Amino acid sequence: MKNALGAVDTVLLLGGRSEIGLAIVERLVRDGARRVVLAARDATAGPPPVIGAAEVHLLDFDASRPETHGEVIEAAAKLVGDLDVVIPAFGVLGSQRTYDADPVAAAEAVAVNYGGHVSAGLFAARRLREQGHGTLVVLSSVAGVRVRRANFVYGSAKAGLDGFAQGLGDALHGSGARVMVVRPGFVIGRMTEGMSPAPMSSTPGQVADAVIVGLRVDAEVVWVPGRLRVFFAVMRMLPRAVWRRMPR
Amino acid sequence: MTFLTGWGRTAPTPARLARPRSAEEVAELVRRAPGRGVAVRGLGRSYGDAAQNSGGLVLDCTALTSWSLDETTGLVTAAGGLSLHDLMGALVPLGWFVPVTPGTRYVTVGGAVAADVHGKNHHADSSFGAHLRSLTLVTADGVGRTLTPGDELFWATVGGMGLTGVITEAVFQCLPIETSRVRVDVTRTRDLDHTLETMEATDHRYRYTVAWIDLLATGARMGRSVLTRGEHATRDELPRGADPLAFAPGSLLKAPAWAPNGLLNQVTVRAFNEAWYRRSRPGTGLIQKLAPFFHPLDSVDGWNRVYGSHGFVQYQFLVPFGEEATLRRIVSRLSALGVVSFLTVLKRFGPGTPGMLSFPAPGWTLALDIPAGRRGLAGLLREFDGWVAGAGGRIYLAKDSRMSAETMAAMYPRLAEWRKVRDEVDPAGVFRSDLARRLSL
Ligand SMILES: Cc1cc2nc3c(=O)[nH]c(=O)nc-3n(C[C@H](O)[C@H](O)[C@H](O)COP(=O)(O)OP(=O)(O)OC[C@H]3O[C@@H](n4cnc5c(N)ncnc54)[C@H](O)[C@@H]3O)c2cc1C
Ligand SMILES: NC(=O)c1ccc[n+]([C@@H]2O[C@H](COP(=O)([O-])OP(=O)(O)OC[C@H]3O[C@@H](n4cnc5c(N)ncnc54)[C@H](OP(=O)(O)O)[C@@H]3O)[C@@H](O)[C@H]2O)c1
Repeated sequence: MKNALGAVDTVLLLGGRSEIGLAIVERLVRDGARRVVLAARDATAGPPPVIGAAEVHLLDFDASRPETHGEVIEAAAKLVGDLDVVIPAFGVLGSQRTYDADPVAAAEAVAVNYGGHVSAGLFAARRLREQGHGTLVVLSSVAGVRVRRANFVYGSAKAGLDGFAQGLGDALHGSGARVMVVRPGFVIGRMTEGMSPAPMSSTPGQVADAVIVGLRVDAEVVWVPGRLRVFFAVMRMLPRAVWRRMPR
Repeated sequence: MTFLTGWGRTAPTPARLARPRSAEEVAELVRRAPGRGVAVRGLGRSYGDAAQNSGGLVLDCTALTSWSLDETTGLVTAAGGLSLHDLMGALVPLGWFVPVTPGTRYVTVGGAVAADVHGKNHHADSSFGAHLRSLTLVTADGVGRTLTPGDELFWATVGGMGLTGVITEAVFQCLPIETSRVRVDVTRTRDLDHTLETMEATDHRYRYTVAWIDLLATGARMGRSVLTRGEHATRDELPRGADPLAFAPGSLLKAPAWAPNGLLNQVTVRAFNEAWYRRSRPGTGLIQKLAPFFHPLDSVDGWNRVYGSHGFVQYQFLVPFGEEATLRRIVSRLSALGVVSFLTVLKRFGPGTPGMLSFPAPGWTLALDIPAGRRGLAGLLREFDGWVAGAGGRIYLAKDSRMSAETMAAMYPRLAEWRKVRDEVDPAGVFRSDLARRLSL
């Protein structure tokens, strides 16, 4: 249960090796969370990582197999009880060039980046609604706020995810459960390794810090950094002819 | 679904609310308990999440209000949902007073038992549980059982925070009084040590004592207090012509339904504390009515709303005698930080009851309110938790809304014993609350 000062007790991370996801989990544990479930592909093959003083459980989870997502959520609840925070942090970036060359790979990436979030999100929401409390932290991206030519397969999946998350948040309104949509810009980390950082980039730690603040105040949307909100308000209005020429 | 919170107005969660009108209806509702379990609720005066049950059922017991008095013995038989306010309204004119009253009359008998509440007379009379003769408890199987102090389940229920079942009836001994007034002595103390010394030296002379600490006083005046000590007044102490047993407390003021966040800031609280300190003129033999003496906050209806939308937390801890250093350390830390607390109350406890999760034990207890929005509050209170646990002290469950399960386990050495009794009477965990989930009870 979330306490009076906003500290939570349990966390489920789907995509249990995600850099951003783990940075969020570490902070929640620092602030008092005691039980963590990390769900990832072949998670149970290795030993659980040490995260502060928390009790860490591992579950196998594959985002591209929606038929298994309900069981994973149930298994997590069996391990730690009520799920206070659920973070689906799985995703693949890929490159537009690869996707152009291999449309099947593009569809598979979308199945993870969008489809996987739909099934995992809905199963998690069902559980949170029953509990009457809990927050689903959805890692969207500014890539989906206005889709760019340079990465429109990834961007369109994030656009879908962002819309899904907002709709789910509205559907849960009044149930006690919540959805928080997180929109980071370029995050310097494993996913973007080898790429040169875009302006207004951040680190996984900074994204996690913003998520922690958002959870405390029950924010519905969090931009990282916060300035991106204003920046994208302008970007959204750029004429298509200009937008089309965005180099990246 | 209704969203419920405690008196601190933090962490609301939704639940289905049912208001049974008889013990039979209670039993029926318990037998048909939903998967997320049942929590019991009285008047919601506990500060945190004790009387709420996210996604489950909450039994509002306030329609169970029957009672009777044996006028020769002073034994009262009261239903679990009867408020001490209503009970006092009926008893006082008959010359009887409740054995223990908390700082508000707006608690139910069930809530008073479940939290084993204490009053200003703890050093003399212990807590509510000490005055109980028997309880009727509807347990998880939907059966009503009568318990007496010889039963383990009795002492798991006294202080058990509603997690062993629904208290539908309690029998307890009341106190005969000649008048509805209190004879009060008020003194001011210079600093914390002076406060502790004075209480230690003079507590035994009074049935009721309490110190209000001015937390904003620093330096040499750190811990300066107004000490209020009283005794039920006798008939010959009243002015001529006064109706000796008149009792008609009313809520006089209404707090604004909405208050801006930050209304209670350093400036307003400092002004209030200064005024209170000055207003409390020293004197002896002052004759006061029961309500302003015992329940000063009840005169402002809904005062908890002045803390704004973030709500507030109450931090009430106990340290055993001999661990005054911990008390001093916490008070000086709070004073140095200028923590804004509306009312900070210090009380000297006497012997506790055998309640397995009861809060009171011989020692000092300090209670303070802090707006939940204060920055760094979580860390500060966690630090205090460590000091309190280290001193062999504990935090009051009826006030708590934020401690961790580990902290609780460290502070309540009889938790395992309580769990065993609870698991026997409620193996499936029908009785549950948000507090129980948060503290893994
Ligand atoms: C202004 C103020 C001053 C206070 N001063 C004091 C004080 O001086 N000393 C002190 O000890 N406390 C004090 N309290 C706390 C208060 O006395 C306790 O929290 C008390 O339990 C509240 O009773 P309630 O009927 O409102 O119960 P609730 O807050 O509704 O419930 C409290 C607990 O009791 C359980 N419960 C309630 N009814 C039943 C029942 N019929 N059967 C089984 N379980 C039940 C609930 O499940 C819950 O765990 C104060 C509170 C306020 C707001
Ligand atoms: N990095 C950025 O610039 C950025 C910006 C905005 C938003 N985001 C979003 O933030 C989230 C977290 O990203 P990150 O930066 O933490 O990247 P990351 O460290 O690469 O984490 C992504 C995780 O997704 C997992 N994953 C991929 N496919 C999966 C599948 N089919 N089933 C299960 N797990 C799968 C990966 O697991 P393996 O360990 O098994 O590969 C990896 O651990 C992603 O949704 C991402 O789109 C990232």
